[in-house]
Amino acid sequence: MSTIATDERIPNNVDLSHDKRLQRALEKWQPAYLDWWRSVGPQVFSENDVYLRTAISTEPGGWANFDYVKMPDYRWGIFLADPEPGRVIPGGDHAGKPVWQEVPGEYRNVLKRIIVVQADTEPASVEQQRWLAATAPSLYDARNLFQVNVEEGRHLWAMVYLLHAYFGRDGRDEADELLARRAGDPDKPRILDAFNQPCEDWLTFHCFTCFTDRDGKFQLGALAESAFDPLSRTCRFMLTEEAHHLFVGETGMERIIRRAAQLQRTAPEGDVRGVGGIDLPTIQKYVNYWFSYCLDLFGSEVSTNAADYFASGLKGRWREAKDYTEHGALHQTRRVDYVEGDKIVGHDVALRNAMNEVLRADYAEDCERVVARWNKALEEEGVSERIHLPHNRFHRRQGIYSEHRFDPQGNLISQAEWDRMADVWLPTDADRAYVKSLMKPVLEPGKFANYIAAPKRGIHGQPVEFEYVRTDG
Amino acid sequence: MGHDFAYPPVDFETHPDRYRHWKLQIDGPVATLTMAVDEDGGLWPGRYELKLNSYDLGVDIELADATQRLRFEHPQVRVVKVTGPEGSKVFCAGANIRMLGMAPHAFKVNFCKFTNETRVNIEDATTHSGQVWVAALNGTASGGGYELALACEEIWLIEDGNAAVSLPEVPLLGVLPGTGGLTRLTDKRKLRRDIADVFCTKAEGFRARDAVKHDLVDRSWPRSQWAQGTAARAAELAAQVAAAHPERQGPGVPLPPLSRRATETGWAYDHVQVQLGHDGRVATITLSGPSDAPRRDATTWSLQAFRELDDALLRLRLNHLGVGLILVQTRGDRQQLLAHERQVIDGAEGDWFWREVQLFQARTLRRLDNTSKTLFAIIDAGSAFVGTLFELALACDRQYMFADEDGQNTVLLTDANQGVFPMATGLSRLDARFPGDPDAVEAVLEQEDEIDASVAEELGLVTASPDDIDWEDEVRIAVEERASLSPDALTGMEQNLRFGGAETCETKIYGRLSAWQNWIFQRPNAVGERGALTMYGHPERPVFDFDRT
Repeated sequence: MSTIATDERIPNNVDLSHDKRLQRALEKWQPAYLDWWRSVGPQVFSENDVYLRTAISTEPGGWANFDYVKMPDYRWGIFLADPEPGRVIPGGDHAGKPVWQEVPGEYRNVLKRIIVVQADTEPASVEQQRWLAATAPSLYDARNLFQVNVEEGRHLWAMVYLLHAYFGRDGRDEADELLARRAGDPDKPRILDAFNQPCEDWLTFHCFTCFTDRDGKFQLGALAESAFDPLSRTCRFMLTEEAHHLFVGETGMERIIRRAAQLQRTAPEGDVRGVGGIDLPTIQKYVNYWFSYCLDLFGSEVSTNAADYFASGLKGRWREAKDYTEHGALHQTRRVDYVEGDKIVGHDVALRNAMNEVLRADYAEDCERVVARWNKALEEEGVSERIHLPHNRFHRRQGIYSEHRFDPQGNLISQAEWDRMADVWLPTDADRAYVKSLMKPVLEPGKFANYIAAPKRGIHGQPVEFEYVRTDG
Repeated sequence: MGHDFAYPPVDFETHPDRYRHWKLQIDGPVATLTMAVDEDGGLWPGRYELKLNSYDLGVDIELADATQRLRFEHPQVRVVKVTGPEGSKVFCAGANIRMLGMAPHAFKVNFCKFTNETRVNIEDATTHSGQVWVAALNGTASGGGYELALACEEIWLIEDGNAAVSLPEVPLLGVLPGTGGLTRLTDKRKLRRDIADVFCTKAEGFRARDAVKHDLVDRSWPRSQWAQGTAARAAELAAQVAAAHPERQGPGVPLPPLSRRATETGWAYDHVQVQLGHDGRVATITLSGPSDAPRRDATTWSLQAFRELDDALLRLRLNHLGVGLILVQTRGDRQQLLAHERQVIDGAEGDWFWREVQLFQARTLRRLDNTSKTLFAIIDAGSAFVGTLFELALACDRQYMFADEDGQNTVLLTDANQGVFPMATGLSRLDARFPGDPDAVEAVLEQEDEIDASVAEELGLVTASPDDIDWEDEVRIAVEERASLSPDALTGMEQNLRFGGAETCETKIYGRLSAWQNWIFQRPNAVGERGALTMYGHPERPVFDFDRT
């Protein structure tokens, strides 16, 4: 295992103290990062004790050290998964050759861009969620939010480390820009549109954490298969943290769904809204919206960039090294459905050009597993309704389906039909206003807002009623 | 590669009512030309999609049409702002790569030449017509998109952390920016060559901060100040230009469609006739003079005949690749020709319309200079190579003049031959004809009267002046000999000989396009089985032969 230096200003397992130049550069960036955290990080309970885990080692278990900490004192560190001896390039034209420890000149710019686009999402979500704790449905949920926030902050550190260590002055400039852009700022927006919408209610937060962070999981997974080993190691470690974020989103949704079912059974005439809950049809609309929105994040169905990234080894498929035996992906095709007139017609596309679609399909499969668990909860609660993922053609704003209308089953429909049904399928302003109206803080340990069920167990063996955030300061 | 693909004939006439790719909006002295390319509106339906506001010849034909109509139909417009669709992240991604990949070589070359002419004409409008073009880049401008901006007088780039300007041809496609990009970086924007070198090899280009720092753009505003900032700057420019061009007032002059019709051997307009012969290898263009007096509208002979000639040249270039030799003939009444010419030259002093007519004639003559087909002037009995029309003869590679017995077949030089219609080199065609010999030019200009064949030959105005014993044979043999030579060698030779003297930004743009880009377009590293252009968009990466030539 690698040595961890946690007593330094920047905890790390990359031997920072022996690279004075890099250490100085990152120590210069650190105050700017803390300024950023204070100005657009969590604005509520920002100086309170929060029960958080901090990575102090990359060993199994060692990266999850729990204690109370004030968020600005959180020890954001730089951790890479330990190197795999003899690791070879998993896929593309260079498959089987030794991985790169330095960035090859010819890929420098494009690799930098890939890292910047990924890195930009990390601070963005913190910014989007900065006021959310003011309406926390419980201390347990507030703590989960903060855990996600500080770890997104750490992911930014991990990416900034790569930019500083491997991309020279350009990289340092990009690292500064990552702190200069702001979610939703018309002048300095975050790079991807999905990261510019404010997150103002907890249904949205859990959808985001479940669906959007899951996109992050798959993007990181593709980068974990990179020929550029420092990027691969960084992403592998980030994935271990990302798992908790997905847990927060998946179980958060499950608790809202479970509560909806409970209220539906007990409320007069099953009127969930009448008793201050979020009803299943509304939840289904949010699922429709967020799943379709997140599918767009994977890029065009047929993409030259995707082919280039795969060919040059910058990205691989999800679990490229483990799940595939043929790593060239040449002379193979993938069927992609196109709209031709009023029909859907499949065409074979060169597999490398369809890599976005391959990753999108893996993502959708993962989402299906999550929805199946929610439906198990509905079954347990004894209601017959089920949550469904919409078809991947539904409500797309990018790619080959964006210029046509589809119903949630993926059938091509007319604009008139869409106009008639859009309010049934997607959240309306009234739905959003209703959900927002429920957002009132519940800060007594062990108590939960009416629209969300209590979790089955607490964090790190603590009881549910544990004081996860010390509200007295 | 689809070298055998026979593309459908190209039509160069259009009208703003029929534009598929541009929106022309006029608000007082500022015109906004919004590039909003219809993905499915490519020239060859179903073969490629015009993604990311990329362009093909059809898109550029509309742009060229807009540049002409703005000058004639909207004289009060002082600033033409080219911009991308609102809310789009991409202003223009340049020429469509799929189209270039499947286009036959000759089409590619002519496409590049046409787009270059359009951009040079944008600069011509800025310089001569008091219509200053500015590029308001509200999204990324890459490759030909940035080259279009480079043709504008000012370049503005939105600062949103995303939009950039770039010339990614070398790193991404293994070819060159083919629309004057390299030349305009060094010769127009005066960029330091090492900065230009970095810029041209950095596929992602520069965003606003660095682009302003290195003078790749002139101004930038953040998104929240973009609309206000660009509007204010446009208004400021418009006021400056209006002060410098007070004569550009009053109603515009609409440009009606041309009256092209097919004939047995070719096609014809009112004043221009094109006959194809020798198995499609030779075209004869006959330009006929006016039959009525000048009038101040687009049907006046000086404008209409040159619009017809312009259209004929474009059709010959794109739709008749086999034509290697153009014989240029003229007919008409000399007095009427002179009256029309006088109207144009005198009128140009104070009336923007006649000035525009003169500038249009100059551009058409330069289109002739730039046509990669052999040009022979046939000054036969009944010809009318007078003044402006003698410029046609001077544009040709050779001049054959029929020496009739009674000296009736003459040519006549006028003020029109003294620099009114400069070549791309900035020289008059007469000066260019006698390099380093100003005495010869003077001797010619001293001739105030009609010049017959023997004097014309003596003065060096014609290549040969056969009499009726030899005329037919001489011309026939010259044509047949020309038809037997290598077309590639002839193109190279003619372009070298036509543009003697010092280079200008314009001659460099065409010359280097012809020499470097067209060479690279033929090389395996670009278009071979694993060439960069061939591989673009395909799942495999290019493989280069690294030997330098």
